[in-house]
Formats: sequence, C-alpha cells, structure tokens
Amino acid sequence: MRNEFAAELNEIAAEDERVVLLSGDIGNRLFDKYKASFPDRFYNCGVAEANMMSVAAGMAICGLRPITYTITPFTTTRCLEQIRVDVCYHNVPVIIVGVGAGLSYAGNGATHHSCEDIALLRMLPNMTVICPGDAWEVRAAMRACLQQDKPAYIRMGKKGEPLVHEGMPDFAIGKGIVMRRGSDVCLLSTGNMLPNVLEAAEELSKQGVSVQVVSFHTVKPLDEELLAQAFSQFWVVATVEEHSIMGGLGGAVAEWLSDRAPQKARLLRIGVADKFLHEAGEQEYAREYFGLTPRAIADKTFQMYQAVAPQPVKA
Amino acid sequence: MNKIADLEATASKIRGKLVELSHKARTAHLGSSLSCTDILVAAYWGTLKIDPQDSENPDRDRLILSKGHAATTLYATLAEAGFFPPELLDTYAEPGSKLPEHPSVKCVPGVEVATGSLGHGLSVGIGMALAGRIQKRSYRVFVVMSDGECNEGSVWEAAMFAPAQKLDNLVAIIDYNKWQATGRSNEIMALHPLKEKWEAFGWSTYEIDGHDMKALVDTLRNVPDGSGKPVAIVAHTVKGKGVSFMEDDNNWHYRVPNAEEVEKAKVELKLL
Repeated sequence: MRNEFAAELNEIAAEDERVVLLSGDIGNRLFDKYKASFPDRFYNCGVAEANMMSVAAGMAICGLRPITYTITPFTTTRCLEQIRVDVCYHNVPVIIVGVGAGLSYAGNGATHHSCEDIALLRMLPNMTVICPGDAWEVRAAMRACLQQDKPAYIRMGKKGEPLVHEGMPDFAIGKGIVMRRGSDVCLLSTGNMLPNVLEAAEELSKQGVSVQVVSFHTVKPLDEELLAQAFSQFWVVATVEEHSIMGGLGGAVAEWLSDRAPQKARLLRIGVADKFLHEAGEQEYAREYFGLTPRAIADKTFQMYQAVAPQPVKA
Repeated sequence: MNKIADLEATASKIRGKLVELSHKARTAHLGSSLSCTDILVAAYWGTLKIDPQDSENPDRDRLILSKGHAATTLYATLAEAGFFPPELLDTYAEPGSKLPEHPSVKCVPGVEVATGSLGHGLSVGIGMALAGRIQKRSYRVFVVMSDGECNEGSVWEAAMFAPAQKLDNLVAIIDYNKWQATGRSNEIMALHPLKEKWEAFGWSTYEIDGHDMKALVDTLRNVPDGSGKPVAIVAHTVKGKGVSFMEDDNNWHYRVPNAEEVEKAKVELKLL
C-alpha cells in the first residue's frame, strides 16, 4: 500500500498546491520524486511526532492540506492528545496516514504493532477513520479525504499486499463496498484483512455456506444503511480486523447494534485478542497466533453459523 | 505607535478587569494572568499588524496564547482592542458563555488557537509560520508560553524543529514568572539557565524585563531580527504583577479575590 500511497501523493500534490507532506523521519527514498517535484511542500519533522501533529494542525488552520506520515503507533497513540486538541477540536483537515497498521510490522515487536489505534481515533469528535482494503482503496481514500474539510485518518498496511480491486473502486467515505454476494453470512472486513477474508469466504462456500463479503473500509462514520440491511438479512454478521476486538470495527458495530431492537443476525467479532505478542515472528506468524488466517476466520464464522442457523450445517 | 505611558495605562486597566473577572466568576489563575498582561499589551498595541475589524485577514500577524490558563488576559486584551464588544467579557465563565476558562476554538474574534493543554501552542505556531512561508505571506507568529509549560517535552521538540526550518517569522515569548502550579519552576524541573537552553537549541534569544513596556515593544517589533533564526524572548516577570499582595505569592495561582481585595487591587492599579 505504501508505494501506491507515494505514487498517488505525487498526483494529488500536482493537482492541489495546498497539499503538504510531513514525515516522521521514515520513508527513506519513498518520497524522492515528491521531494524533487515539491521541495517546499515536504517536511521531515524528525522523530518528534507530537510536534509534527501540531505543526500539521497549524498549517491546516492556515488553509493548507497537510498529510502526516509515519509508522502507525507513532502517528496515532504517541501523539493522541495533539490529534485530539489541535486537529479534532479545531476540526481542521489534517490527513493522518499510518503505515504498518495492525500486525504489518509484527517482526519489529509489540512497540511497532498497532491494534488500538482505530478505537482511540474513532472516539475523537470530527474524525473520519478509514482502513483501506488494498492499494486501490488507499488511493481512493486519499482523494476522498482531500475532498473533505475535516480531519481524517487513513490506516494502511505495508507494501506488497495483494490487490483485490482491478482499478480505482467506486469509493465513498462511509459506504462499504460489496466484494461478493451471498445469503447466509456477511463478513465485514476492514483494512488489510480483506484478502484473507475473501479467502475465508471461499473456504466457507466449500462448506456450503453462502457468504457475502464487504470491504467495510470506513469505521467512522459507520455505513448504517449497510449494517441495517446486513443484520436483517443474514444469520451471522462477522467483523474482521487486524485490530483489538475491543473498540475497533467490531466494537463500533456492537455499539450500533446495542441501541436497536433485536435483529436477525448474530454479531461475531474477529480480531486481535486483548494481549501483547511478546514473541518474534512476521505478520503471517502473528496472524496465525491471533487467529486471523483465512482458515481461522472461516472456522470461527462457521461455528457461529452452525449455532444460529435454523438447520445446522454439517462441517 | 502608542506612547509607552498609554500602553502602561492600558495594562493597568486590563489588570483591573482580570481581578474583577476572577472575583465574579470565582476562577483560578489570576497570578498567571497578571504576569503576562504587559506582554499582551505590548503585542496588541505596540507590535501586531492586525486590524480588529478584519481579524481573519490572511496576512495578519498571529498571536497564540499557549498558556491558555491566562485566558482572561487574552479576552480582556481583545475586548479592549476592539475585537469584540466589551460587554461580552461580563459573561466570562457563565453557563453558555462564549468565553470558557480556557480559550475555545474561535470563541471570539481574535482567538487564533484554542489552548489549555500546555505544550501545544509553539508547534501550532510553527505550522502557521511555515504556512506563511509556503503561501508567500509575510506575517509573523507570536507564541506566549509559561515557564511551567517548558516542562512539556513537546516544547523541546518544537524548539529543535523551528531553527532547523530557519523560521525567522516565529517568536516564542516565555512569561518567566518563576512559579508553576505547585512550586518554583526552577526547582520542580531544572529550567535554569532558560535563555541559554533556547540559545543552544538554535534560537536568537533575548532576556528582558517582561514588565518593561519599552523593552517589550522594542524587542517584539524587531522581528524578524536579521539573524535568520526564530526568536525566543525570556521575559522575566512577577506572578501577580501589579497588585502588591499578590506579587510573587503562588497562593494566587488558585486563590480568588474577595470584594475587599478587588477594591484594594484597583486602588493600587490607580483605577479608583
């Protein structure tokens, strides 16, 4: 996702002279072209994310469209108060881009994991939270956020994730994208889990379950229309995210659901357990550890489906 | 430019208002508000290129009160300068008022940035100063901070970043009144030597008496100062300045004056 982010950045900066990039001393070589094209609109803010976030807010207050970029925990939890006070309270259009969200940089250890950021940022008034499902959604999200005159957070994976779209999708903030249609269970995937969720849907279909998959890229604002349909139509609605099961997409949907009359569908939250991973291991290992592989997603979903469907299905 | 004596009279008038507001609304931070009054008066009447009737002009100079707990000083200054009707001041801190105990976002014309959590204003000011450079505007950004605020690590992130960007349109003014909420600022943290710290971080530094109106105006008006660096002014001040029984007594960080004390203060300020 990050290479496509850099490529799209070059395009939007050429189209909109308000765009300014602030980097927290990462992205070595990634922005060479951008820096060469827009030398007065690139700021390496050093390893000082609190300052970077407030600087971005000051720029946005003065009419610019700053984009902050660094590794996810450092541009979210590290400087949460700066986001809250300077960006969200002032309601100014800073676009916060986190790279390496969730377990993308698992091998670097828990300091570099980010499984709390969706919860923390969606709690802030005025904030939009977008977790693109692939590099095409990253590009589309950047353009959509630039059209808004308010704060936004784009939560990216790393590089080289599989593409699920064939080109720029029809993308609107707060509107999920249906990736495949089905009638028994609905998997709401947010962020970089999308390829695994699509694979899980394949596995489930082999077990006779008809699966709908949605790229539920915007966690805030929630696509309430889609949720209302899904909970009235399916037996199981499962949220899948590379984020804590607390407070992320699953938490947001649970909150939404709790204020409504009983629905047909049961909610299943699939995500990262409430614990740190202390061991070494890359993203694939971490996903195995937390049960986020296609097989694990399919198994959890199938169990819930078996428990609630009127005619139990044989495994 | 206004005469120094006029500015001093304006500062006295504003100090009287601060004492009244604290008494009426029963709010804290009077000592902190009194210590930075001369700084704000020197800025608004002697330095800033800003028209109260055109307070959103993109070319205006900007002032951020980063020590947001001195909100009454900012409110009373802006009201006196004509940014908003002075009657509004009397609603300060009342339920539903536009004027909370720390300045909120665009609560009244002239409030550039909402503050209250310390250690934000300087970085926001850097963003504004850089925006001016990017947009080819010649305005300056003044950030008024407290000495206690310099406890915050974010201040020193900003202190390293602004000189790297050679931001000569940015001014940090530290209202060095030697106290923070619960003790001496140089005992709670090793603040001293403050001017040398800023100098070592790459700023063009000045050390002045923060109640000497002429020194304040001369130093503030001289920005950019030709050094190519951001300017840091360590302004030595007295907490509670202008009211003898409040001066350098940190009880007035939280204490609220009673009616008799308001009267005595106004006599000392030559307002009665």
